[in-house]
Amino acid sequence: MARAVVTVPPRARRGEIVEIKTLAQHPMETGFRRTQTGELIPRDIIRTFRCSYNGTEVFRAELHPAIAANPLIAFTTVATESGTLSFEWAGDNGYTVTEIAAIKVE
Amino acid sequence: MTTRREFLVLAAALAAPTAARAQVDPNLAANRKAAFQAALKRIAGDAPVRKGRVKLVLPPLIDNGNSVPLTVSVESPMTEADHVKAIHVLTEKNPLPDVVSVALGPRAGRATLTTRVRLADTQTVTAIAQTSDGAFWSDTAEVVVTLSACLEEGLI
Amino acid sequence: MSLRLLLLAACFAGASARAGEIPPDQRRSGYETMSRETRAIQDDDATNPGMLSVLDGEALWKRKAGAADRACADCHKSMKGVAARYPAFDPARGRPVTLEQRINGCIVERQKAPALAYESKELLALTAYVALQSRGLPIAPRIDAKTRPFLEAGREAFHRRQGQLNLSCALCHDDNWGRHLAGSPIPQGHPTGYPIYRLEWQSLGSLERRLRNCLFGIRAQVPGFGSDELVDLELYLMWRARGMKLEAPAVRP
Repeated sequence: MARAVVTVPPRARRGEIVEIKTLAQHPMETGFRRTQTGELIPRDIIRTFRCSYNGTEVFRAELHPAIAANPLIAFTTVATESGTLSFEWAGDNGYTVTEIAAIKVE
Repeated sequence: MTTRREFLVLAAALAAPTAARAQVDPNLAANRKAAFQAALKRIAGDAPVRKGRVKLVLPPLIDNGNSVPLTVSVESPMTEADHVKAIHVLTEKNPLPDVVSVALGPRAGRATLTTRVRLADTQTVTAIAQTSDGAFWSDTAEVVVTLSACLEEGLI
Repeated sequence: MSLRLLLLAACFAGASARAGEIPPDQRRSGYETMSRETRAIQDDDATNPGMLSVLDGEALWKRKAGAADRACADCHKSMKGVAARYPAFDPARGRPVTLEQRINGCIVERQKAPALAYESKELLALTAYVALQSRGLPIAPRIDAKTRPFLEAGREAFHRRQGQLNLSCALCHDDNWGRHLAGSPIPQGHPTGYPIYRLEWQSLGSLERRLRNCLFGIRAQVPGFGSDELVDLELYLMWRARGMKLEAPAVRP
């Protein structure tokens, strides 16, 4: 099942700033909602998001319950060299998702 | 008049220590403001947080408080010598003040973040950027949050 | 909230400023009522949360399932144009069925697998995947001698006052679209984007879920998923939106 979708331009010029858009499928349960009978629904959210470029971390985010369900995280990075962008989401209840995207830099 | 969402959120926040309590905390607004100040202190310590350089964009009247598009961008050359190290977003009326914290550097090219946030009520949202020289800059945005006309709660 | 609705209902008890069907050239999709930012979420496949379900649907489409060990893809190639003409007449049932019912019919009869529950992640994903393939196409349910009686039943339901607040769909969505109800703008109510990612639900949902939501809101009896009453109403709504472009999977407040 689609856990996350990343959109990265497949190619870029060296030094160009590229836009990256990521979408993760996750309810981001806040821990503040209650069931019909009044019980608190426990918190279940993505806690961290990390983007690494050929192994070097270039962007990191700490998420809190105020981030909407199915989180969108969009940011930029400099196209320094060809290689792999890897994206990692980690959260409550052992949630962990990794996606990779190749980028060709000329 | 307290909106339904407000009531549900207040009741839930209150229930954390004792399940039995279902009354609205009369000091709720003050408590949340204090939490916001505490979060600010955690981020900037005693350093001054100046207005400027940061641009926080939120729709002034939102379609739904469950998912509000938010963009923060900070003026910065993003070089090794002068760049944005971190961006934080805080609210003063949500159950928790922190929304998101981002760590970045010159590799980002531009100091920018776009995401979607939950806003519990009409309020001011604050974005803080920490630059490599240790300074803190900020911007705020006012958002009006209304409740959906037809809610589903209770429908089986 | 109910006090506000009661007052509103009282206002509608008398004559309204605008009555009757919306002239075809004045029809507007709910897309146009949304803020610029929410529209941007829908327009970009990279940010539209509905696309996550579409990807799930694509995977399910290709997966062999059931006692017959068959995938949808084994029989079906492109589904272009399909979602735009549903609800469609099903000869086996002698009445129109929704796209969801048609998908389930196939799952049960051709894949020999158990039907998927209404509003289940899987059924929504398959529906979203099929609906996406009609994106940009004009809505065109087929109305002929066979489907006309059901269209009329749906039209009657749309115009019927019901529930504790004695409101009809037409009162808000034909006569008062563009005005506000408790802070939210009233759309014309065209099903141009289903299944939609509704921000209020924070998930994908079907037209039936939205209709039940609305009926619940006006304190009327809520028909079950897949009931004749709901399907007839959907047929009418799709006919009412004929010619408008399908936007699935849309994002709505």
